Amino acid sequence: MSHIQDTVKPLLSVRGLTLDIPLASGTLHAVRGIDFDLHKGETLCIVGESGSGKSLTSLAVMGLLEKNIRRSAEQLNFDGIDLIGASKRQMRGLRGDRIAMIFQEPMTSLNPAYTIGDQLVEALRLHRKVSREKARERAIELLEKVGITAAASRLSQYPHQLSGGLRQRVVIAMALMCEPELIIADEPTTALDVTIQAQILSLLVELTKEMDVAMILITHDLGVVARVADKVGVMYAGELVETGPATDVFGKPMHPYTRGLLHCIPQPGKTKRGEKLGTIPGIVPSLIGDVQGCAFRTRCPHVVEACRGDIPERGQPPHEFLCVHADGARAAEGEPA
Amino acid sequence: MLPFILKRLGLAGLVAFTVSFISFSLLFLSGDPAAALAGETASGEDIEAIRRLYGFDRPMLVQYGEWLFQALRGNFGESYYFKLPVSSLIADRLSVTMTLGVCGITFALLTAVPLGVAAAIRPNSIIDRVALFLSVAGQAMPSFWFGLILIVLFGIKLRWLPPSGASTWQHFIMPTIVLGYYAMPAIMRLTRAGMLEVLNSDYIRTARAKGAGEGRVLFKHALRNAIIPVVSLAAVQMGFMLGGSIVVESIFALHGAGYLAWESIARNDLPTVQALILIFSMFYIIFTFLADVLNAWLDPRMRSS
Repeated sequence: MSHIQDTVKPLLSVRGLTLDIPLASGTLHAVRGIDFDLHKGETLCIVGESGSGKSLTSLAVMGLLEKNIRRSAEQLNFDGIDLIGASKRQMRGLRGDRIAMIFQEPMTSLNPAYTIGDQLVEALRLHRKVSREKARERAIELLEKVGITAAASRLSQYPHQLSGGLRQRVVIAMALMCEPELIIADEPTTALDVTIQAQILSLLVELTKEMDVAMILITHDLGVVARVADKVGVMYAGELVETGPATDVFGKPMHPYTRGLLHCIPQPGKTKRGEKLGTIPGIVPSLIGDVQGCAFRTRCPHVVEACRGDIPERGQPPHEFLCVHADGARAAEGEPA
Repeated sequence: MLPFILKRLGLAGLVAFTVSFISFSLLFLSGDPAAALAGETASGEDIEAIRRLYGFDRPMLVQYGEWLFQALRGNFGESYYFKLPVSSLIADRLSVTMTLGVCGITFALLTAVPLGVAAAIRPNSIIDRVALFLSVAGQAMPSFWFGLILIVLFGIKLRWLPPSGASTWQHFIMPTIVLGYYAMPAIMRLTRAGMLEVLNSDYIRTARAKGAGEGRVLFKHALRNAIIPVVSLAAVQMGFMLGGSIVVESIFALHGAGYLAWESIARNDLPTVQALILIFSMFYIIFTFLADVLNAWLDPRMRSS
């Protein structure tokens, strides 16, 4: 989907991002030529199953991939900076300052040896010439913002003295220390209790809106996506099979995989009591060696011979998808055109 | 932190007390001390006389109490063999052993920790392989053999270093290397394993995501967490070096406390052996205590446990 036309220059622009992992048994094509744009203040949700390449994509933007993973792209631009060509020093300057990241595991993502205060202060002082005192003030201000009570006294506490929910709030505060323009949140609520999940998520969305921060939210929870996303990217086996504004993707899902995913969650008013929820039969194919054609064809009910060949890009920007069927086989499933 | 230190201190005191009792009573388990002291040709009356002279006829607990009371005041009695106060005898020898032990553990840490870190940064690289080779060699080479090789090479062939004695600092170079090299492999491997594990942890990724540079990631965020088991190991190694450097002390004719222990055991010099066992145990206890405190400072989670 390389012809997204926008009048405003996007903050993050990704074209043909490809990630290959050399393994003993061959090359694993973990991410295969994905494109997306993200504008200032926008929230892009990337959804997909485990192993579809969502986390790798986010690490690729951060420049934090394992050394053995090969990254290439026609374009990987953040506010005019070419992230592929950027020096280590340049990337270090961007990370934590203009692009911040929130990880999945709050229990282990804070250093056990240092206080919350030390770690928050460090986040700011790595990028700004400010005094410790000023940095502490900023830390307190942000801890209060993320809803932590008695913020000043929390600064001297260690991670093990806080609950998972509190730790994730600290991690969010840490990501916000330098007022980043982009936050990448990799399943930030997956490891938390269900009751806490909703709180943390609303907090994150509220703060990004309030501070006008763009966000890439990686999740496999479609309920979350429906609530917070401006844009949605559906990822399957290393490809973005469908992208578009959230209302379009949910209102008129084009790719058979997207519809499959949506059938897997109950919808109030639509799903009848006692009715079985949908499942997508089969498993994700191996991405080792040459990958040809549509990766979803082994599980797709509408598979035809052409699925083995090159898959055309369909739809009109901003809502696009990859499928041999011009209508994404909507007609075949009895969905309105 | 203070309650933790007090708790550990109390525990250390308890262990020290137990050890003192064991070290005192062990010698009575190895036979009749009066008979041993009197020699093979002594008559029964002679043995009885010695028994009364040294107070072996009193109940053991009384003897222990007396011994402990004196020991706490630094009086360990008189050496049977040297006919000198044990305390001054040991004080002389201990300075040699302490110097050797401190130099040995310093040498071991200064080589092992950087090597372990370097090996962990690039696993399976040349540095990692060299470090592995050095540690296997260190583990496999008996210290008496390694010591002799050094003496032959640097003491006799090249004449760079004095082959034996303890009068100048040059005398300590070879013993330090032999003693330290023996402790190095374990410390190196533990540092490497710890660093490898820590470098793969989530909080290291967080530090990188914050924009921290490699040096900061390695030394501020990773090493502090990886070094914790190394501290405990180094404490035990240090205790071992002070008490068990007999071989090294013999080869280089450094008459330290280890050598004195060997002499005293061979000569059945009970007061000296008792005092040495007690002192060596105290070293272990002190170093373990210090290691615990250091670890609690490094890792706040330990303070609450």
